Amino acid sequence: MEDTKQSQDHKREHDGHEMCHKCNQCKDCSSCRCDSNHEGAPLKKMMIVVSKANIDSVYAGFIMANGARSEGIKVDMFFTFFGLDAISKKRMEHLKVALAGNPGMHMPEVVGVFPGMESLATHMMMKRMDELDIPPVSEFLDIIKASGGSIYACKLAMEMFNLKKEDLYDDIDGVLTVGQFYERYHPGTQIIFI
Amino acid sequence: MNKTINGHDVDVDAEGYLTDMEQWNREIAQEIAKELDIDELTDKHWEVIDWLREQKSQGIELNIRKVGNSGVTDIKEFYQLFPGGPLKNASKIAGLNKPTSCL
Repeated sequence: MEDTKQSQDHKREHDGHEMCHKCNQCKDCSSCRCDSNHEGAPLKKMMIVVSKANIDSVYAGFIMANGARSEGIKVDMFFTFFGLDAISKKRMEHLKVALAGNPGMHMPEVVGVFPGMESLATHMMMKRMDELDIPPVSEFLDIIKASGGSIYACKLAMEMFNLKKEDLYDDIDGVLTVGQFYERYHPGTQIIFI
Repeated sequence: MNKTINGHDVDVDAEGYLTDMEQWNREIAQEIAKELDIDELTDKHWEVIDWLREQKSQGIELNIRKVGNSGVTDIKEFYQLFPGGPLKNASKIAGLNKPTSCL
């Protein structure tokens, strides 16, 4: 409680100064300046690379992206390799849960190889997600876009899978090479590869 | 803890969110909005604030998607009305607790 009071008093005294989120000191005033390399320097941007097509990977990317925008953090999503399925018009609503090699499914490995099991598990998971107000893929893309996030496709992966821009979600911000992706880095950015 | 906002004594948490939504009024909302760099609350802001409070009073946990489907505003406009974290900031202005949803 004491700390909170102190930081509030401090805040009042230095009204309008930009504060370090970690140490609650002003960034620019000489008397109490926080180290500019402070590990608590605020997170300003997330660059999220989605490289897999299974539902759990794709949704991890969406939820982190949406959560970042909700906190005022900028977001670039970059879809590469099998992750392109998530922005492919034909495939985005048919993503599946991976059963084989996924111990998190809590079932014998052999069950995963039977036809129809993946669809069944996916159906059950989608139903539960809907109950929790987790949107389907196309709506999630709309939400990320409407909230000011950017969506990019990987140029090389598109060439590999023979995909054209018109095969993808209409509202993508562009097709990038890996170099162009890195150019979008600014101080305060974290890059996450899923 | 206690805080005086625009002459009204209210209970707030460490981040300044009201802990009792019944202590809220429009003058308090205006003052919190100013703290969040929103100089003027327009009719649209009030519509959203009223909608959020109504949902909350029904015990509904709020998230961005629900706001987008509210019919009161859409997600794009919501981000423009309450920049820098719309659900967080709108909830604070509306006298509600900090949103706990991951959506």
